[in-house]
This record gives sequence, C-alpha cells and structure tokens, in this order.
Amino acid sequence: MKKPFLHYLTIGIVLLYLLVPLLGSFLYSFATNWHKTILPEGLTIKWYMELFGDSRFLLSLGRSLIMSLSATLLSLVIMVPAIFSIVLYAPKWEKLIQSIIVMTYAMPGIILAVGLIRAYAGSGVSMILVTIGAYFVGILPYMYQGTRNSLRNIHADSLMEAAEILGASRFIAFLKVIVPSIMSGILVSALLSFSILFGEFVLVNLLVGGSFETVQVYLYQKLNQSGHIASAVVACYFVLVAILTAIMVKATRKKEGSV
Amino acid sequence: MRKRGNGLLIASTIPFFLLVFLFLIVPLVFMIFGSFQGNGGIGFTFDQYKEVFQNAYYHQAFKNSILISFFSSIIAIVLAVFATYSITQFSKKIQDRILVFANLTSNFAGIPLAFAFIVLLGNSGLFTLLFKHFGWETLSSFHLYSWSGLVLIYIYFQLPLAVMLLFPVYQGIQTQWKEAASLLGATTFQFWLRIGLPVIMPSIAGTFSILFANAMGAYASAYALTGSTYNLVTIRIGALTSGDIFAKPELGSAIACLLGLTLVVALLINEWLSRKIRRDLS
Repeated sequence: MKKPFLHYLTIGIVLLYLLVPLLGSFLYSFATNWHKTILPEGLTIKWYMELFGDSRFLLSLGRSLIMSLSATLLSLVIMVPAIFSIVLYAPKWEKLIQSIIVMTYAMPGIILAVGLIRAYAGSGVSMILVTIGAYFVGILPYMYQGTRNSLRNIHADSLMEAAEILGASRFIAFLKVIVPSIMSGILVSALLSFSILFGEFVLVNLLVGGSFETVQVYLYQKLNQSGHIASAVVACYFVLVAILTAIMVKATRKKEGSV
Repeated sequence: MRKRGNGLLIASTIPFFLLVFLFLIVPLVFMIFGSFQGNGGIGFTFDQYKEVFQNAYYHQAFKNSILISFFSSIIAIVLAVFATYSITQFSKKIQDRILVFANLTSNFAGIPLAFAFIVLLGNSGLFTLLFKHFGWETLSSFHLYSWSGLVLIYIYFQLPLAVMLLFPVYQGIQTQWKEAASLLGATTFQFWLRIGLPVIMPSIAGTFSILFANAMGAYASAYALTGSTYNLVTIRIGALTSGDIFAKPELGSAIACLLGLTLVVALLINEWLSRKIRRDLS
C-alpha cells in the first residue's frame, strides 16, 4: 500500500522539523567543545553546574516565577468569579468579553507595550506591576475559555439553583459548590497561562528593561556570551514547559475519565 | 427565573473590568492619542502618519513584515493541511500524543526558539558544520541571519499552531460523507475535490489569517537573532519606543496603530470566514 507511507511521510516531516531544533539545543547544552567537529568532542554537565551556581540565573528564575505566578493567581481570584457571574447571570455581557478577547489578539505584546509605556511610564506606577497587569489581560482568552467550558461541563446553573434552594447564599454556593467542581478544569487553564507567561519576553523587556532580569531576559543576555549556558537555559525551560504540559494532559484525562 | 439582587455579579465584575480598563483600554487610548501628537508629545497633528506613509524605510518594514508573514503562513499551512489529515488517519491515542507534542512545541517560541536555530544553523551551527564537512556548498552558505533564515524560524512557531487549529476542522468531515460519496461512485480524489475541500476551504483560509496575524505581531525571535537590524514593523516599533537615542514614541505609536489595524482586518476576515462555514453546515 502506498497511502500509509505518505501519511508517515507528512507527519514525519512536521515532527522532524519540530524536534530537531530541540534536540540540537539539548545536545549542545551537554557538549564540551563543539566548534569544528560534527559531533561534540565530549559530554559534560559542567554548563548546568555553572548555570545553577550563577546567582544571577537563580534570581532571574525567581523573578520569572513571581511574575507569572502572581498574574495567574490574580486571574484566578478576579477573572474566574467574574466570568462565572457573567456566564450565569449576565450572558449578554459575554459578547463584551469576546470583544475584549479580540482586542487582546489585535494587540500583541509589542503593541500593548507601546500603549502601556505612553500611559504609565514616568507616572510613578511601578512598571513591574504594570507588566503583571498586562499579563492578566494577556491570559484572558485562555482563562475565559477554560472557565466557561468547565462551567458548562458541570451544568453550573442547575448546581447553583440546587444550592440556593437548599439555603446557601450565592457567594457560599459559588465557593463551596462551584469552585471545587471546576477546579481541575481551571487548573489546566492556569497552568497553560503560567507556561505562556513564563516564556514572555517582549513586555517585560520593553516595560521594565534589562535591570529586571527574568529568565527570558537572562537568556537574551547570555546569547552572545556563552552558547552552552544559553542552551542549558533553553533545555531547562523546555523541560519545565514539558512537565507543566504533562500535568495538564493528566488533569484533562482524569476529568474525561470521571465523566 | 433568576432571583433579583446581583450583588455577586457586581462585586465580581468590578475588579475584573477595572483591570481590563487599566491595562487594555487605557494603553489603547493613550497609543491612539499619542499617534496624533508631534514629537515630544505636543499638539495635534497627522505628521506621524504622513511620515509613515512617505518614508520608504517604513514602507520597507511593512513590506518585509507582510512578505515574511505571508510566506511563513503559506508554507506552514500547506504542510499542516497534509500532515493534519494524515494525523486523523491514525488511532485516537497517537492523535492525542501528536497534538500534545504540537501543543508543547507551540510554547517554544521567541528567544529560546531563535537560539535553538542558532545552534543548528548559526555560523558554527551543527548543520552548518555538517554541510561544510560534506562539501555541500549551496547549503553551507545558507545564512541564518538572512530573510530565509528568519522564515525557517517563523515556520517553526506557525506549524504547531496550524496543526492545532486545523485538527478540529478535519474532525468535522464525517466518514458518512465519504461513504455516501463512494457509494455514489466517487473516487477519493473526487470526494476531496467536490466535497472535502469546499467544506474545509473557509477554515483553511481562516486559519491562514490567524497565522498571518500571529506572524505580523511576532517580535522576540527576530530581535533575538540580530537585535534591530531586520527591518520589520515590530522591530521598528520596539526601536522607536524603547529608550535609546533614536526613540520617537509618537511615531512608534502611529506604526503600532497601523499594525493593530492590519491585525484587526486579518481577525475580521477569519471571523467572517468562520461564520460562512457555520451557515454552510447547518
């Protein structure tokens, strides 16, 4: 048969294209010297030792974690209840949310940065807080999608009705009934948002600048200094994203299995 | 009927809309406003837009951005149209795995991606050395820091996105249609020509417009590769806005507004096309 081979071929081309750059970076991060030979002259973990011994890297890692975590938590605390009450009690406003989402697509990092600099630079507001605010807006599409789908899956409106008939106030019903049931779905969107923010460079670089090094800014600084260290950063970053993705896949599967 | 008393609705949406207002609407208004100001933020003028439309340098930037977005989107979508169809021919388990991998690599963009390509194809990159070793002149003279190098990087971040967007489209093509067509005597080729393609065409075009918008707004990869040397719209905006000596934030705002408009048009086209499909299918 000729057909299956063609399918393997097309998928193979795509997978190879996506895989080779990753493998190259991983290999390079373990290579001792790799300038003239086809394969590295030897393998070593000294770049990783050096990387994790560099307090600048550890600090940048901490900053990235704080920035991405606080924006994600902020959206969990503020966005999820807002989307919940809009979906349930003011469905007409969903059009408004969808327009906001289209606006975020039409204003990628570079455009949003221009506006934020004009609006807030030199106004005394901390640009770090402004960046977190921009992150909040940036992850809106993912959080909205995740929250809305979860609410639909659990039939939130009947759950709320039942809880209220049983005498719970709306707020208590939301906290004790809705939140626990949508938790796994929300967690997936939160992890997705977190991993997107962790790789964010444009906003933090333009708004806060080189003085506030996140992992991405650190990587950018290292590009021209040490290729091996830079590829160790890339490898670590990719492993982190892979772990987050694995957790997301597992959480989604579990949810599908339980229904 | 819903009970009255929307305390929860008001209490939960106020902080939400406040943040959206502060970090989306306010910057948008300031940017539009700034694009109509003279250098230094004085007065009201169309000079910045005149400058963009008259200066060949900015024409070039728009032309370059449009060309690279167009080519990377076309190549990615052609690859994805075939590969995604192939994916649907495998078992559910393998489909899931490939989609997870696409999802994973779609996060691999910007600075790390540019660096991965430097490792492969940079001046002493893995493939560059390999090509030299085998004496493949045409290949070893490939220059990553050229336009074709940048296209390779753009294709990388477009490809997983295209696969993820097209996958549900193929699932919309039901096996019953194929069976019905083949019962009526159609070959596979005829099925795709007369039924399959017309059904998925609007989705492919819609996906293309999303990819195009995605590439138009990309900044970090090109910036990581050569700083500000590529003359792309986003690179120009970055250079005009960030605080070096050439900073002209008002001009940067005008270019950003024009880029935003381009993206809105691309998104509207997608919206229009996806509405078209729904009407056709229902």
